[in-house]
Amino acid sequence: MEQRRPILTLKTGTFFLSPAIFFVILFLIVPFVWIIVVSFTNQSLTGATALNPEFVGLQNYLDLFNFDTWLTRGNFGSSMIITLEFVIGSAWIGQVVLGMGLAIAFYRRKGALREFVNTLVILCWIIPDVVVAFSWSAYLDRDYGTLNAILNLIGLGRPDWQLAFPLFAIILFNSWRGAAFSMLLFSSALATIPPSYLETAEVAGASFWQKQRDIILPLLRGHILTDMVLITLWTFNTFSPFLLTGGGPAFKTEVISIFTYRIAFKFFDFGMGGAIAVVAMVINFALALVYLLMLRKQAVYS
Amino acid sequence: MRTKNIHRIFFVITILAMLVTACAPKETAQPTSASTAPTAAPPAKEVPPVAEPIKLSMICRCVVGGTNANTANWILDYVIPEFEAEMKAQGKDVTVELVQFGGSDEELKARYALDLKAGSGNDLMAFDGFWTPEFAEGGLIKPLETIVGASYADWEGWSHISSGVQQLLSYQGQHYGVPTGTDARVIWYRKDLFEQAGIPTDWQPKSWDDILATARTIKEKLPGVTPLQLNAGTAMGEATTMQGWYMAFLGTGNNVYDFATNKFPVSGQAFLDTLNFYKTIYVDEGLGDARTQLLTDGRDRSFLSFRDGTTAMLVEGDWFWRSVIAPGGSAGMDQRNDLVNWAMMPAMTPGKGINGQDYVTVSGGTGFILNPNTKYTAESWGLMTLMYSKDSLDYFQTLQPGIKSRDDVAIPNDPILTAMAKTMLPLTTTRPSDPAYSENISPALQLMTERVVSGEMTPEQALEAFTTAMTAAIGADKVEEAK
Repeated sequence: MEQRRPILTLKTGTFFLSPAIFFVILFLIVPFVWIIVVSFTNQSLTGATALNPEFVGLQNYLDLFNFDTWLTRGNFGSSMIITLEFVIGSAWIGQVVLGMGLAIAFYRRKGALREFVNTLVILCWIIPDVVVAFSWSAYLDRDYGTLNAILNLIGLGRPDWQLAFPLFAIILFNSWRGAAFSMLLFSSALATIPPSYLETAEVAGASFWQKQRDIILPLLRGHILTDMVLITLWTFNTFSPFLLTGGGPAFKTEVISIFTYRIAFKFFDFGMGGAIAVVAMVINFALALVYLLMLRKQAVYS
Repeated sequence: MRTKNIHRIFFVITILAMLVTACAPKETAQPTSASTAPTAAPPAKEVPPVAEPIKLSMICRCVVGGTNANTANWILDYVIPEFEAEMKAQGKDVTVELVQFGGSDEELKARYALDLKAGSGNDLMAFDGFWTPEFAEGGLIKPLETIVGASYADWEGWSHISSGVQQLLSYQGQHYGVPTGTDARVIWYRKDLFEQAGIPTDWQPKSWDDILATARTIKEKLPGVTPLQLNAGTAMGEATTMQGWYMAFLGTGNNVYDFATNKFPVSGQAFLDTLNFYKTIYVDEGLGDARTQLLTDGRDRSFLSFRDGTTAMLVEGDWFWRSVIAPGGSAGMDQRNDLVNWAMMPAMTPGKGINGQDYVTVSGGTGFILNPNTKYTAESWGLMTLMYSKDSLDYFQTLQPGIKSRDDVAIPNDPILTAMAKTMLPLTTTRPSDPAYSENISPALQLMTERVVSGEMTPEQALEAFTTAMTAAIGADKVEEAK
């Protein structure tokens, strides 16, 4: 690694950074502190507590973690479990596995098929959320949806995706939506593996699975971890399932972001909404910390 | 290496310059024509202040060719042109813009709360009356007296609007806006389907059992037809509370709010009776389609299903008749007058309804409020009074007959609506003027019905969850057991 020499004095550096720091404070730190303060009050947007909020101490947090009711659907614990299922299903299993599968399938291949599939996958990723959600709700409709038309043709009936399997529906949706990122990341990671490794293995008579297990997976390990932490963060915070199910039916798809939205912007309960946001932020910090530690570790190794 | 550093410094400077430009106040725009003049900026220095262009905006959940299309047409075809002409005659250059909001009522409410809290929003806002207490308590909206001044009371229209109707947009004796009209809720049914099932088309049930019996007949005789839809679930928002819960619960002799004790009933047999009625319809016998109540676009689906003849009975307000299924409405039926009839909603058993009534209904009302943040108070109030003049509401009646707020505006030739107003308004009740209703009780009632019709909870479990949540939310001293 090259030796870093400061090109600016501390003073000049601070001067150049100050506008950025100003905006970071204004748009990140101040709201952050405000949310923490609000989470200790019963501040609301409408009603009497909008004008005269009171300090309620830890009450919002105690209500969130009220273990008598917290697993009832529509409460915090239930929402956390749904979020966990959503992250495991759509981020870890869906996006990582699908993304890696696609990357390996087209590894060291050229041609029209690869370009075609790549374009399709990346399209899924870059089309605006609302457009995607709209086409998915049309796709999954019980009576008129394309998916059920196909399933019906091959004799599998017409499952009611949005009502009977709502969580599965949003997991499918989010896997489809996000697999492109993992695919791109793994494709470029694969490109860094010296071809001689695999060629040597082939000469030695290694099978396909042996090459995956002994060469590709160990070399991709760092990238897999990075990918998982990043998409876990994104999936944890994503709001797009709202466009498909609105968090329902009966809160069955109410991931933590939708839960926060409902409390803060549908019920206008800013105090409780703030408390949820603080808990969510702590979880985000933990995930970000893991990510940063891993980056540091990788930097040390390389 | 060196060039790289220079690039870096150059980059930082560029960003800095861009930030400075972005933050600098915009050059005062010179109005090139009246229509592009800024709304907020003070008049340009050199232009004499005589013809200061004023731009007002109003918002409603109405879209030309979509939901509440006739409200949009009324405003665009009559109110705005008339007002602009009137202002021109006074030498004022006023343009009015209509913001057509296409989302749900709940989304509109959230938008209002955020707009008003931020000190902005449209000058005139279409407003559902029952939001008034919550918004007024929160300081988001202000009485007309505060915004316009004492002269607001001089408007001729007040003497033509009964005090009961004025209450729709009032809170603690203060007017916050002017109501357009009021409404009532009944059971709408398809005469053609009733005929096919061999049920008389002058149908009037006398009890919940009568409704269920009819629904069972339809289910048996007409497979593929959903016999009955009684709104439930959170997706439909207030439509669940008003068209669903209220219509059933009033039939147990209780109101959602006890006006005698100023408390909310939150437990008791009446709740279980109502929830079991829901359970019979949606869970036990499949007389209604629970999907329609749970999907996010369920309410529109229920309208379309009624239009297409796949739903036989639907409990809805007169808005359904005059706007949704009216020819040209969002689920318009050209044959509406021949195919659709209405019946009063019966109490659980005769005489068991609220106030000992045999039949029950509930009324709400919408109108427009003045935004306290408006920059043009006089003009906005002028627009409001023109909108609610007799001529203007008469014009609205030609587009969409309804029960209007002014007593000098008659319901034109619509026998169904006239009969409904005459029969139902004496029986009606209204929602409480207590912020806890819209903040806590109403959403919790919707949730309770959702838990039952989705089969997630038994009526007992759902009621227990409701009782616990509401006692905690609004205080044990403000709740009671139902009769």
